[in-house]
Amino acid sequence: MRLSPDEMIFWQHGLFKLNATIVFTWGLMLVLVLGSMLVTRRLSTGHERSRWQNLLEIVVTGIEKQIEDVGLRQPRSYLGFLGTLFLFVAVASLFTVVPGYEPPTGSLSTTTALALCVLAAVPFFGIREQGLGGYLQSYIEPTPIMLPFNLISEVSRTLALAVRLFGNMMSGAMIIGILLSITPFLFPIVMTLLGLLTGMVQAYIFSILAAVYIAAATRTRTREAASEPEPQPEPDA
Amino acid sequence: MDSMTLIAVASIITAGFTTSFGAIGPALAEGRAVATALTSLAQQPDASATITRTLFVGLAMIESTAIYCFVVSMIVIFANPFWNHAITQAAGK
Repeated sequence: MRLSPDEMIFWQHGLFKLNATIVFTWGLMLVLVLGSMLVTRRLSTGHERSRWQNLLEIVVTGIEKQIEDVGLRQPRSYLGFLGTLFLFVAVASLFTVVPGYEPPTGSLSTTTALALCVLAAVPFFGIREQGLGGYLQSYIEPTPIMLPFNLISEVSRTLALAVRLFGNMMSGAMIIGILLSITPFLFPIVMTLLGLLTGMVQAYIFSILAAVYIAAATRTRTREAASEPEPQPEPDA
Repeated sequence: MDSMTLIAVASIITAGFTTSFGAIGPALAEGRAVATALTSLAQQPDASATITRTLFVGLAMIESTAIYCFVVSMIVIFANPFWNHAITQAAGK
């Protein structure tokens, strides 16, 4: 019973192993990059536009609106990171319809890598918005006693991100694999549909949680200093 | 009962109980979460986007605990270090 696409090895040379995770990840990257390049070769700003450009615009504006709803100002600056997270996990799950494909997010290595990217991105965006002192001060809010708990919560929510995505993807693939040996034809198809749905939901959850963590780190704390009293209107003489 | 049998029995029983008990709590909690979300949707349909998004995020957080139990079950069944150790010891003898 294969637990993850890490164990399907295509080629091996000494310490370097080319396993299914790496191959499928690069395949996804190729599809995403080539697809976008082909679509954006001839962009039009008028009313006439190709359906693929329309699709990409829907996706990009949808993600931007979600980022804005979470509370991040200037969603454009976060669109690259969060949009990529969502698109990679979503497309990785969508391609399950292709036979012989295992989602690379069903391997703990991939999900841990994505979670580590989020772990690195939160201080990066926080320091970019708040400055180093402002960001470090967030760790001793509300009281300095909370410092170890804040640190532990950083680590644990990264771990939770990785294991949540891994568990969902791996369980979908494993259930389909088990069912294929018991009741072929109908039930595995239904479970594949369910796997697609959970894949989309998990992609959304992953990117929204990353956005929430970044929003928590970049939230302005100088609320008392930022708001100034409104100038009183001159009374009519 | 020698140690290999003991390891096998303990692993099998533990794996079964881990998933079964681990799914009770999240299922109850998710039911309550969806029920409350539906109530608030009925009261304020204008906020449906926010409510739906928050509901999904909350459901994912709740689901995580069930996923942790499932992952532990899988590890105990398929990547059990004690079983592998016992197997290598039995094979070496």
